[in-house]
Amino acid sequence: MGINRRDFLKLAGLLGLGGKAAFELVLPGEVEAAVAKTEAAGTRWALVVDMRKLTDKVAARCIEACHTLHNVPNFQEPPDPKLALSEDLKNRWQIKWIWTDIYEHAFVGFEQDHKWEKLQGMNFLLLCNHCDNPPCVRVCPTKATYRRPDGIVMMDMHRCIGCRFCMAGCPYAARSFNWRDPRPYIARINPDYPTREIGVVEKCLLCEERLALGQQPACVEASGGALIFGNLNDAGSPVRAALRAHYTIRRKPHLGTNPQVYYIV
Amino acid sequence: MADYKNEFGWFAPKPTVEKKIYSAKAVAVGLAIFLVVFGAPVLLNMGKVHPVPQPSLDTPAIQKLAEKERQCVEPTEWMRANHMQLLWDWREQVVRTGERYYTTSQGKKVLASLSNNCMECHTNKSQFCDQCHNYVAVAPNCWGCHLPKEQKVAQAEGK
Amino acid sequence: MLENAFVGTRRYFTLLAVLATLSAVGFLVYLKQLTFGLGITGMSRDVSWGFYIAQFTYLVGVAASAVMVVLPYYLHDYKAFGRVTILGEFLAVAAVSMCLLFIIVDLGRPDRLLNVIKYPTPNSVLFWDMIVLNGYLFLNIVCGWLVLEAERNQVPPPKWLKPLILLSIPWAPSIHTVTAFLYAGLPGRGYWLTAIMAPRFLSSAFASGPALLILLALLVRRYTKFDPGREQIQTLAKIVTYAILVNVFFFFCELFTVFYSRIPEHMDHFYYLFYGLQGKGWLVPWMWFSIVGMCIAALLMVSPRIRQNETTLALTCGLIVITTYIDKGLGLISGGFVPNPLHQVNEYIPTLPEIVITLGVWATGFLILTILYKVAVSVKEEIRA
Repeated sequence: MGINRRDFLKLAGLLGLGGKAAFELVLPGEVEAAVAKTEAAGTRWALVVDMRKLTDKVAARCIEACHTLHNVPNFQEPPDPKLALSEDLKNRWQIKWIWTDIYEHAFVGFEQDHKWEKLQGMNFLLLCNHCDNPPCVRVCPTKATYRRPDGIVMMDMHRCIGCRFCMAGCPYAARSFNWRDPRPYIARINPDYPTREIGVVEKCLLCEERLALGQQPACVEASGGALIFGNLNDAGSPVRAALRAHYTIRRKPHLGTNPQVYYIV
Repeated sequence: MADYKNEFGWFAPKPTVEKKIYSAKAVAVGLAIFLVVFGAPVLLNMGKVHPVPQPSLDTPAIQKLAEKERQCVEPTEWMRANHMQLLWDWREQVVRTGERYYTTSQGKKVLASLSNNCMECHTNKSQFCDQCHNYVAVAPNCWGCHLPKEQKVAQAEGK
Repeated sequence: MLENAFVGTRRYFTLLAVLATLSAVGFLVYLKQLTFGLGITGMSRDVSWGFYIAQFTYLVGVAASAVMVVLPYYLHDYKAFGRVTILGEFLAVAAVSMCLLFIIVDLGRPDRLLNVIKYPTPNSVLFWDMIVLNGYLFLNIVCGWLVLEAERNQVPPPKWLKPLILLSIPWAPSIHTVTAFLYAGLPGRGYWLTAIMAPRFLSSAFASGPALLILLALLVRRYTKFDPGREQIQTLAKIVTYAILVNVFFFFCELFTVFYSRIPEHMDHFYYLFYGLQGKGWLVPWMWFSIVGMCIAALLMVSPRIRQNETTLALTCGLIVITTYIDKGLGLISGGFVPNPLHQVNEYIPTLPEIVITLGVWATGFLILTILYKVAVSVKEEIRA
């Protein structure tokens, strides 16, 4: 007679629900990894910030380059003065992919009462560290944020459900959320790059769209040498040279996230 | 009649119940409301004529190309049926695997991008994409993020 | 059995009407949130979870407390609880429904909700949270309803129900263990990175849940013909006593670890909550009220005189519900996010639309609770008649 309808439905339901989950459990990300570009395998991008060359003006240029290229809204100075916001809202809704902050904020835990005088007023350029062991990727329930084989922690804006678990997981406060429609607050929209809608998380993606064209990230290009970018797996790359030649520090290294943004102080 | 189970077991005869409508008034009112609510779209649009959508291919970018070069990524009929699936595949492919190029059925390699490929030729979203989308009341949410790079065709050649 | 929900006193229908109105108002404001975005709430780049997730965290504990009435009855044959298991299970149904609603209301893209099922991610705790919450809802609806129906028809419940009921016993602590793991696994949030986050959730849940259940049982006795029973309420009170004592003890354990080791990054969160940090600290009076109130409530509950007098018991249970709510509902989230990973203090204060939506969801939950309790109480009245 064969299987009866009730048993068939039970079996189909189990296979359907369990199958994909089992697949993901045993081979996480296998579907994506299998189709990954072969060029990416073997590449491991990293960034070295040379604070000896990074002045506030250079940092401002880097931030400007990144934010204008990627349509990041500016809530501090809206293009239309009628859209001006209170200080509180400017602070709450701010979206920043790359920004500067003082030593005590960038390197929490390294504070000391008597420190190197040059650290006074030194504003460090901060961004997503594209960690090797990212807690944000670990907690995302839909794999909307995931780690590419070349080390970039990527965002899939199409899949993000806006749960903000990744924002809670990031130890560096590198992620921003679209609390409202960003488009009115973008001064000059770059038509070649999408904007984001309400309800998704965004962050620096290491200009992966430029890397695909063989270009450097926008901030690196705008920095005039203050930012060194390259492939860690290539022993002759500029990043490897910089890391070999100088003592570098990273943010919160004791957490084991293995951040790939290094600072030469 | 022999298919009814009651407390006496299977195959007991059905008890006879007098046939009547309970709360006929409530049923009539409910039915009337249902007919009004669900018949309203039909009744309101009866007799009206909606012109068949005419997506316009008259953009400067397309006009610049020679007649035989005016070939979309795939043939028109295929695109009409499958452009949604194509764009969805491109979305997954470009974002999640970094594969930025698509090989067409003719073997050509094109950039898999809505804004940076499709909209380079079809620069008139409101006279092209929206024509069919509005007609079938579909609102794809691409445009919330991706920019249509709209350059409207001269009004005379458009609608 | 649901027909019992359609008949009732004027007071019952007034209650339903009030709750339904609150729920509708909340829904209308939620529509505004859907179009404008979560910016209408008080959440920010630094405090990215707020009131909604706080309510969800608190209610997950309330929901799990159903196990405290189910376990003694089904595992240890404590016959007296036979009267109140249904009240616990239906409270769990209402609480888990509210949890799920709060999660949906908190999502930036609720239209993509099903992505969690389409793209299962077993390494994410939120994935497991979705599974255990929905599973627990299903278990409680099925078990509660069928046991009640069997009771009404004076027949034993179907045999296959027993394994499901027994499954709900370990499942209950798992729902808030998983919820605690949402917080306890994040390396960047020192306030939450503690091994006793899950035990604290458990102790807080087993104090607040049965306390709420006691209050509901007293209300049921007052306004209906069904009496959950004095012995039952007293046993629940004993459970609350031990749980609240453990909860207070756990808090002092946390205080010791943080302030004896004197690691600044960990102390800062406690300073913010109980003293103020960088000149900001609107939560300070609330947190002191919560912890002092909890200690007082614990000491009161220890006294048999207070416990056995049902008036003082009700007042103390109310105090427990309020203080545990402040601790888990307000303090946990703000304490974790403030100061931010860059040691900056940006406070979180819920906005009015946020509070209205929250009230709407609470009203929806209590609406479900009222209807389910009406059914349960009507059936109990019926069989005792």
